[in-house]
Amino acid sequence: MADKKTLTFALMDAPYENARSTTALRLINIAAKRGYDINVFAYEGAVFLPFAGQQAHPNPVHGHDAEQEDHPLPKEWVEAVIKEAAKNGGKVDWVNCGLCVDERGAGDAVEGVRRGTPGDFWNMAESSDNTLVIPTK
Amino acid sequence: MAQYLLIESRDPFDSNDVQNFYGLASGLAKEGNEVTLFLVQNGVLAARQNARFAALGAVASAGVEILADDFSLDERGIVTGGLASGVKAAPLDIVIDQLAQGRKAIWH
Amino acid sequence: MKALNIIETAYRGTLEEQDDTIVWLTHALKGAGADLDVLLRANAVNYAVKAQKVAPLSFGDRQQKHGPDIANDIAGLIAKGVGVYIVKDDLAERGISDDELIDGLSPVSRDGLAKLLDGYDHVWHW
Repeated sequence: MADKKTLTFALMDAPYENARSTTALRLINIAAKRGYDINVFAYEGAVFLPFAGQQAHPNPVHGHDAEQEDHPLPKEWVEAVIKEAAKNGGKVDWVNCGLCVDERGAGDAVEGVRRGTPGDFWNMAESSDNTLVIPTK
Repeated sequence: MAQYLLIESRDPFDSNDVQNFYGLASGLAKEGNEVTLFLVQNGVLAARQNARFAALGAVASAGVEILADDFSLDERGIVTGGLASGVKAAPLDIVIDQLAQGRKAIWH
Repeated sequence: MKALNIIETAYRGTLEEQDDTIVWLTHALKGAGADLDVLLRANAVNYAVKAQKVAPLSFGDRQQKHGPDIANDIAGLIAKGVGVYIVKDDLAERGISDDELIDGLSPVSRDGLAKLLDGYDHVWHW
């Protein structure tokens, strides 16, 4: 693909805390649909975005059981964008900051997520067409 | 001349620092750069034409293209016809377009 | 490739981490061979104040061994050849005078930021 691009994103927010993590995954989804190669460096709380232990729950306020509620799980969104990129000829290289994982006990991640270091982020940025840092506050 | 994409996710009602980011957008444009200011999340709350906050007009006058994420606008019930002068609704795809172009991208 | 790390948020998780996560990241990136500078702006200009002093915390019988030493961490970046810029207007707004600051900083005015950014391939606002 002549116009195939490689983009790197650095994320920092833990799930369910701020709209930034949702916007980040919306952006990654758009790039995945284009078949771009996508690098993600998840730093600090963002290592919980692909945490495999996330579980859907019922919502008594909505009057929904777990199936009716279909509660969003960021780990499923991460899995979905990885598949979407592959379907369109791209790939997602999702790197969780290893020390951030250790201090949070977030080691159980969905398939396709690997452990890494800040050096990976620099190497990703150097080999990309562009980089966007989405910080926490 | 360089190209910049500035993404503002905060609003001036909650954060004084937004004015500094608007100022950076204007400053970059006045230096001769091509600048897009993309409002997203609560950043779009400044984009209502009746908002008591006029700073976006000055940013537009400095030559900055101001776009507002259509999803964030819909989420907050801000209709396209009710946007402040100089602000246009746009899909989030624009961010990926401009990243792919290699614009220097700064998220605030 | 040259990058500018802009640090805005201050004292977020610094007591839990015993450092600032972006100052730490900058040290780690520099160690990995990165060519980058730092801009301290907004509340993060306070990171350059020499008089910061944090006693290690204790919770019940649990005594921490260290507290953060962020001014020294910033000085360490300068010693490694990382340019550390600091926004003069943000210092003035917070009533911080030059004699309170560590050595080796490069002051820049808010109006001068547009020119500063020109010198970098990537501008990462953390």
